[in-house]
Amino acid sequence: MVKKMIEGSRAIAEMVGLCRPQVIAAYPITPQTHIVEELSQLVANGELQAEYVNVESEFSAASVILGASATGVRTYTATTSQGLLLMIEVLYNIAGLRLPVVLGCANRAISAPINIWNDQQDSITARDTGWIQLYAESNQEAADLHLQAYRIAEDQRVLLPVMVCLDGYVLTHAYETVDLPSQEEVDAFLPPFRPLYRLDPANPLTFGTLADPSCYMETRYILQRTTGKALAVIEETATAFQKAFGRRSGGLIDCYKTEDAAIILVAMGSVVGTIKEAVDELRAAGQKVGVLKVITHRPFPKEAIYQALHGAEHVIVLEKAISLGNGGPLATEIKATFQERPQRVAISSVIAGLGGRDITVDSIKRAVAMARERVLDGEFLDLRADLEIEEVA
Amino acid sequence: MENDHLFAPGHTACTGCGQALGVRLVLKAAGRNVITTDATGCLEVFSSAYPYSAWEVPWIHSLFENSAAVASGIEVALKVTGRLEQIKVIAQGGDGGTADIGLQALSGMFERGHDVLYVCYDNEAYMNTGVQRSGLTPYAARTTTSPPGRLSWGNARPKKDLPAIAAAHHIPYVATASVGYPYDLDKKVKKALSLGGPKYIQLHVPCPLGWAHEAALTIEIAKLAVQTGLYPLFEMENGVLSAVKKIAKPKPVEEYLKLQGRFRHLFQKEGGAEEIKTIQGIADENIQRYRLVG
Ligand SMILES: Cc1ncc(C[n+]2csc(CCOP(=O)(O)OP(=O)(O)O)c2C)c(N)n1
Ligand code: SF4
Repeated sequence: MVKKMIEGSRAIAEMVGLCRPQVIAAYPITPQTHIVEELSQLVANGELQAEYVNVESEFSAASVILGASATGVRTYTATTSQGLLLMIEVLYNIAGLRLPVVLGCANRAISAPINIWNDQQDSITARDTGWIQLYAESNQEAADLHLQAYRIAEDQRVLLPVMVCLDGYVLTHAYETVDLPSQEEVDAFLPPFRPLYRLDPANPLTFGTLADPSCYMETRYILQRTTGKALAVIEETATAFQKAFGRRSGGLIDCYKTEDAAIILVAMGSVVGTIKEAVDELRAAGQKVGVLKVITHRPFPKEAIYQALHGAEHVIVLEKAISLGNGGPLATEIKATFQERPQRVAISSVIAGLGGRDITVDSIKRAVAMARERVLDGEFLDLRADLEIEEVA
Repeated sequence: MENDHLFAPGHTACTGCGQALGVRLVLKAAGRNVITTDATGCLEVFSSAYPYSAWEVPWIHSLFENSAAVASGIEVALKVTGRLEQIKVIAQGGDGGTADIGLQALSGMFERGHDVLYVCYDNEAYMNTGVQRSGLTPYAARTTTSPPGRLSWGNARPKKDLPAIAAAHHIPYVATASVGYPYDLDKKVKKALSLGGPKYIQLHVPCPLGWAHEAALTIEIAKLAVQTGLYPLFEMENGVLSAVKKIAKPKPVEEYLKLQGRFRHLFQKEGGAEEIKTIQGIADENIQRYRLVG
């Protein structure tokens, strides 16, 4: 292992390179682009033996990866925001075809108005595609999750695509120390891809058939059951990773000071780091606060989340996405999880950090203070008072 | 013939479907060592209803607009694993999936130089969704979205010149073909597959349902399209016209039009003769441009 001070995108590219994908296809979009630029350089230098396909759109990037994966090789693509949305039709198709593709999503806001900064609306919009979704807090975790993603995706009990989500700019463009494994270590953890089925004239198979009402529903049932079973494989993979590399990364959830907490914040991605700081400060001031990080968002780890939260009095779900016309999508799902269980706790929903709006330790403390007064129902955190938005709202 | 059954009978195409015949001829020419892709459309639907499949070669259907991009992915996967020498890749789509919604992916595949033969089954409309107009629907044809009416003579525009668009990418091989001329088609598929890089064949395939003609007339109508000059058969290599199928004595376009319900309004409505003249003009222009006579 080598510790390096390195840009997030580069760390991810190097880790992906160590995973030996054979076909990479991608299209430029900020703030994802550094990842694939670096990969194209690795290919150009002969350091990675792969075909790098410069496609004409994200739609074709996903389609090229689909074709290559069906032919039995390991593949990679990365994108964000509008690019991910353009891919959506193909994303559903990749999952339906059970292709173990890995995609890096450098989370970014969605237009209009156009905004290149971070929130998580893009990947949240893709949550129902049948892909496994993992969210990284740090660049170390983003890199580690890419390696774990291949092992999870290609596990023959799973055979589903995996999306590794990392906050655009906040992680992709940040320089942090990242511990990158050696090629031998990665090879030992991730065996070569051996597809169960592939396109091959020696054994001609039909992929992507028409399924009429007599059998379509069964395909969805199988997908749903498999995504459920993937929960155990994700945990298993994190445990194996810890054994191999000596650090905890990935898994379903991660708890910080939640055991005796009366208030637990829930979040995904890099903001968890800031929340931990806020938690430390609030604890120093005598408040029993903790934070639950959701790493695996699909399949949704209901049981793990319930077990982590049910002892609290108040749960505050802070998220960088919104289901317009309803509210916080993660908060809605956590409320639904409690609906099905005996214990009830107050659940507040806070929308924060959209389009790159800074979420500071102070804003988090403000959210906690507000929640002490009342249960928050899709409260927008840190709205500007000077924009006279009430006039148009 | 060993290759006769690479596209098996028992599929659910309409009687007399030109596309079903076309795909059988293409696979017969190509042989077993191929991987094929297909866009959403009639061909996909009539060949792959689970649990049956008419495909005796590996086949993948993904979406309506990405047949060329999926084929690109297959090609690079074969290349990176050293199998591209032994296995050919054929992408397929209808005229809508190729000329309209899939044009961008097709252009990308051409421009990147993938070693793929793309076959467009041109039945001149979106048949699978009930005969709507596509960019390859000919002038004055009736479709459900280009109906004749008080202000309309059917489809308002001539066919998009997709072979020219393909040729403008300066790819090694572009050809038009017709199920009315199976030997010519066989030759063109074999020639295309003998060349490296991207190839494009646009295959004219009558559709008894969408064109409203008798199922028994598929071949005759396909031939008439060529013999009138409305569907010129030619080859372009590296962007330059290299061969045409000559027609000894062009037939008047009426002979082609009158057999098909999609042109019936031209013979029934007052003023139709003028429209037929315009169509004759399109044929004459083709005859000149491609030097089809003499
Ligand atoms: C993105 C998308 N838009 C629309 C459709 C609906 N659709 C399916 S097949 C088809 C028409 C196919 O026409 P064509 O490509 O000409 O092939 P044909 O059926 O005539 O052989 C359409 C519009 C779709 N499947 N996907
Ligand atoms: S509608 Fe036309 S193209 Fe489709 S199966 Fe019938 S004849 Fe063939």
